[in-house]
Amino acid sequence: MKLLNVSGSPHVHSGESVKRIMWDVNIALIPLLLTAILFFGFDALFVCLVSVASCLLFQWLIEKFLLKTKTTITDGSAIVTGLLLAFNLPSNLPLWIVVIGALVAIGIGKMSFGGLGKNPFNPALVGRVFLLISFPVQMTTWPRPLGICNIFANGAVDATTGATPLAAFKEAVKAGGSIDLPSLMDAFLGHMGGSLGEISALAIIIGGIYLLCRKVISWHIPVSFIGTAFVFGAILWLCNPNMYMDPVHVILSGGIMLGAVFMATDMVTSPMSKWGQVVFGIGCGLLTIIIRNWGSYPEGVSFAILLMNACVPLINKGFKPKRFAK
Amino acid sequence: MRTFRLGGVHPEENKISTNAKIEVFPLPKQAVVFLNQHLGAPATPVVAKGDAVKTGQLIAKAEAFVCANIHSPVTGTVNKIDTMKDIFGYNKTAIVIDVAETEEWVETVDTTPDIKREITLSQKEIIDKMKEMGIVGLGGATFPTHIKYMIPEGKKAEYLLINAAECEPYLTSDHRVILDHTEEVLIGISVLRKALGVPKAYIGIENNKPEPIARLQEMAKQFEGIEVVPLKVKYPQGAEKQLIYSITRRCVPSGKLPIDVGCVVNNIGTAFSVYEAVQKNKPLIETIMTVTGKSLGQQHNYVVRIGTPFSDLANAIGGLPEDTCKIISGGTMMGKAIVNIDGPIVKGTSSMLLISEKEAYRFEEQDCIRCGKCVKACPMGLEPYLFSSLINNGKFQEAADNHLMDCMECGCCLFSCPAHKPLTDEIRLAKTKLRQMQQKK
Repeated sequence: MKLLNVSGSPHVHSGESVKRIMWDVNIALIPLLLTAILFFGFDALFVCLVSVASCLLFQWLIEKFLLKTKTTITDGSAIVTGLLLAFNLPSNLPLWIVVIGALVAIGIGKMSFGGLGKNPFNPALVGRVFLLISFPVQMTTWPRPLGICNIFANGAVDATTGATPLAAFKEAVKAGGSIDLPSLMDAFLGHMGGSLGEISALAIIIGGIYLLCRKVISWHIPVSFIGTAFVFGAILWLCNPNMYMDPVHVILSGGIMLGAVFMATDMVTSPMSKWGQVVFGIGCGLLTIIIRNWGSYPEGVSFAILLMNACVPLINKGFKPKRFAK
Repeated sequence: MRTFRLGGVHPEENKISTNAKIEVFPLPKQAVVFLNQHLGAPATPVVAKGDAVKTGQLIAKAEAFVCANIHSPVTGTVNKIDTMKDIFGYNKTAIVIDVAETEEWVETVDTTPDIKREITLSQKEIIDKMKEMGIVGLGGATFPTHIKYMIPEGKKAEYLLINAAECEPYLTSDHRVILDHTEEVLIGISVLRKALGVPKAYIGIENNKPEPIARLQEMAKQFEGIEVVPLKVKYPQGAEKQLIYSITRRCVPSGKLPIDVGCVVNNIGTAFSVYEAVQKNKPLIETIMTVTGKSLGQQHNYVVRIGTPFSDLANAIGGLPEDTCKIISGGTMMGKAIVNIDGPIVKGTSSMLLISEKEAYRFEEQDCIRCGKCVKACPMGLEPYLFSSLINNGKFQEAADNHLMDCMECGCCLFSCPAHKPLTDEIRLAKTKLRQMQQKK
């Protein structure tokens, strides 16, 4: 007679898997990829391809030759890291720098801690911050976005470069002048300077809604992050409109949207309980505004998220989920 | 729609045997009746080898406080009193009875099919009768029912809650007992209400059973103080603390019992056996079981005598289907996989569930990605991921400090874990370990 299987309960599973979650994130990133290509041309696509390919390659090499374990590149997480890293880079960044970024992201950010699930910091941000500190000039020279009709008019992309609205604003405030910020519609659709994936709030919101529907993320981190940045920004702006940016531009420009929806919500590096996530989001929002206004960098989202990543174990200890009958 | 607040999951319901009427299952050739079929101490045998016994005759007596009488489920001769293996492979003492050709019931049992509506016994007599007839809870824990009705001093019962949620996938015995024995069940509930001395009984039932709800609501009009409360379909709606919260909005604190918030909870199957015991004088010698599985051509609900081996059920359905990989006693979420198909049915056995290889497949375990799905799913508001890492590092006491013992092993965490970590298994292990540590102190 055939032997029966025996195991503890439960005997069925929801069908959820790490793979499914990672591929859901990849699907949610597609609108961002499309807008990046739309506004920055095929340069953007090359940056993404190189970033994803090198992330996959480095993960495979490390698992095969250093850790000597079964490869996990099919789980989709290296592609998430690759895409998110690319979305945090300017489209005209030399491709060899992209490869270095991928090596740091995967090698130091993820695999050195033991791989997916064990990394305390968001790997893509580790890669980006490494590049930002090592290659400050290349990392802060952004091409001006193309018009929607100019995608195929190649060559024009490299010709004009300029600062992001955040950097321009900071320079202008320092010099005592003022600048024209992009119109709200441009800022919302993404017609402004910036890293590949951060420009279009619309695309990010579409991706975010997909992740919410698939229950990959919950609203707690994005809402508390963006909300805090908005409120804090509004308070500063009301105190002195000449010195500080208006709150709508604060949340639409720079990486707040991308950070709040895709980076801070990274499961591995964010708190477990709802209240912990709210605290985490508030911390990210506060730190972002503080770094933007009083730090030496024009943008602070990456640093803010990495700093809050470091607080996650403490937050998990301090903010436990609500227990039954408590 | 009323429901509980924290956590919960939605497993595939698979109630494929709802349309199968309860059939009487034939008597076994030999009945293996364990002395310990309930929570608590084993009963003491009052028959010896060679004794002739009638159906319904007392064969083992409850002597400890938490214990229940055992009656002979068949007519025949005691073959031996010996150690036998139960369906999970554990050795237990059993009275083995060779079944005679003709069945003879104990004279006191009313075996007529008439429904006896009038409740003549007093409150105390009902409780004594439940004890005498060996009634235990049929919801899973098999706790002797009469003890729940002996309210400790200083406590007061306010609500009687009848658990008809049947939130476990596949199981339909409660569903069927409501449809096939509506009036008896309601009389049983009235008996329990009298035994408890409360004005109102609530029947909590998941909303995926429209037919039983309609039938109960229609017939409950003829009864005093019985209200049917449809509940949202969410597992584990039928867990005691969750059910109490859903119906009364009261929270049973950690380590406390339902009576501490004025509630007594009984399963609807228990209400039916209480009807039979109190009104018809029939001891608890049978159980209503669902025999189901996706690969099974015909689904069944049987009323089976205790002591019948599982293999009899397997033979009756024409052998196990080819793709059977696991046989589960209970539902897919909290049921136990059986190892010994020759083991007998006991009080509280609610199903024989046949699961295919594909359905029971457990994926390879991966590292935790800290997604928090286990935390969201936990109906007790615990942190299974944390338990897992503490347990794997041997930090049992720290796990206990994080309220590990509040876990009721409902399985929501393992069910929803995308990394396929055996969370519930690890927690079960740690609970056992902690109990041992407690005993050593």
